[in-house]
Amino acid sequence: MRLSGKISACFVACVFLVSMLAPLVLQRDPDAIDLDSLRTPPSLHHPLGTDNKGRDIMARVIYGGRISIGVSVVAGLFSMGIGLCVGLLAGYGGGKADAALMAITDLVLSFPSLLLAIGVSVVFPPGIYTVMIALSSVGWASFARLIRGQVLTLKESPCIEAARAVGCSSGRIIVLHLLPQCIPIALVMTGLKLGGYILTESALSFLGLGAQPPTATWGSMISANRAYIYAAPWMVLSPGIMIALTALCFNLLGDELRDRCGIDPEGRAAG
Amino acid sequence: MKGFILRKVLLLVPLLFGITLTTFALTKALPGDPAVNMVGERSRPEIIAKMRKEIGADKGVVRQYAGYVLLLLQGEMGRSYYTNRNVLDDIRIKFPNTLRLALGAMAMAIPPGMILGLFAAMRKGGWADRTISVFSISLLSIPVFWSGLMLMLLFGLVLKLLPPSGTGGLRYMLLPALTLSLPALGTIARVTRVSVLEVADMPFIRTARAKGISDCRVNGIHVMKNALIPVVTVIGLDFASYLNGAVLTETIFGWDGIGRFMMEGIIKRDYPVIMGCIIVGTSLFVFTNLAVDILYHYLDPRMRIYETER
Repeated sequence: MRLSGKISACFVACVFLVSMLAPLVLQRDPDAIDLDSLRTPPSLHHPLGTDNKGRDIMARVIYGGRISIGVSVVAGLFSMGIGLCVGLLAGYGGGKADAALMAITDLVLSFPSLLLAIGVSVVFPPGIYTVMIALSSVGWASFARLIRGQVLTLKESPCIEAARAVGCSSGRIIVLHLLPQCIPIALVMTGLKLGGYILTESALSFLGLGAQPPTATWGSMISANRAYIYAAPWMVLSPGIMIALTALCFNLLGDELRDRCGIDPEGRAAG
Repeated sequence: MKGFILRKVLLLVPLLFGITLTTFALTKALPGDPAVNMVGERSRPEIIAKMRKEIGADKGVVRQYAGYVLLLLQGEMGRSYYTNRNVLDDIRIKFPNTLRLALGAMAMAIPPGMILGLFAAMRKGGWADRTISVFSISLLSIPVFWSGLMLMLLFGLVLKLLPPSGTGGLRYMLLPALTLSLPALGTIARVTRVSVLEVADMPFIRTARAKGISDCRVNGIHVMKNALIPVVTVIGLDFASYLNGAVLTETIFGWDGIGRFMMEGIIKRDYPVIMGCIIVGTSLFVFTNLAVDILYHYLDPRMRIYETER
């Protein structure tokens, strides 16, 4: 593994750990308003400063990261699930089912991803579940493509032929024989795409379509505080750095995975 | 050649059909009743019923969809709930600004992106290659709404070199265009590198070198010309996503284009505006892809032969 890969792996592990153990790491309420310390610059008591309601930014960044990363991971797994179902059915079914499912897949891929995600999320009331739905309804398509391709090659392999020869039903072949062989590549793809999911999640929260105040996410912290950028730049600095670093490390890890496994996720970056 | 373009255009038909179907489904799923929205919540039930009949909401779904497509064909995307202005008219006024921004961003992203990619490919495996690779991934990982704010803080507020926000001439355009160009620069550098490396392995490049053509000429002309095709695709795709990614950048810089128009629509839950912007943005995206496909044929004679043989 290259040095950049190692550093990224460490960073991602740290972020995951801190996010999951947030209440143990920092016993401070991220939403507690303190009107005596509005917009104070970073200090020993508030290492990253406070925002315009006196809330501790470090606590908000940590708890916000919990949501940002949690939403992205759940959405990634959802996309993987939908993509697996569609890809397996299309690849194994073939014929009309394949044509119909792939037509829908291509349709989703032909939409600009951020616009489609916005379109889906305005339909539902804003919140983290809406963001999950929006991200997965856009993201499943590239998984479906990948899995279908995988199934098409697997279908001809001797083990599937043997399964069919001993009289396994289609359902059994799909669930017990094909699915387990598709899961590794699907997981790799999820890892590859997590950086993009984090960016899109933060963009949707920035647009006000994600978690609603007072709940913090990295994207919504930036949009809420951007009016104070000149007077109190630290309020925007730390959440932005966290988004960029997390996405960067996921993307560098993805690069590593891509070089090793030879998968190309035709993911488009969100504007 | 003509047959190829015709086929590509015909392929657009089911695609556009699917897009209108999707946006129609989204419009149907939107919360709130459009008839109620148009006449006001406190209207009497018979007025609402009359309005519903007028806009055709009492008919079956298929007829409603047909009516929706007919309206779209006439350029009717509804009126904003707030300003009661025709959405398409507003988009038409704001589109040139967005286009200007996207073109500016392209102009700033393409030359450095291609040079970095070519340089990285020439130094394959070395530290320069690695640095450029990490650098371009970083550009892709920084959210534009944050890099935009940072550029605004640095150049607009601390150094006071450029106006921090607003719509206007070149001085106003520099910062938002730079912001939009950063992720594109990263993508172009990466794709150029991969594409150049692929071409550099081909026999005709070895032949060119064997014939004693200078390194500079081989890389600059023989390799670059052949490596251009994937790069053009990515630039085309990126150009389409500039037109859309502008939602974030334009909002930050107060640039009066489609992106900010859409953002205002989102904040006010002005559904006709949001849907109008999505339809226009998606169609632009699809048509840009078509244009890129056709452009290939002028760039690469091999494609033309391949197509006529089929």
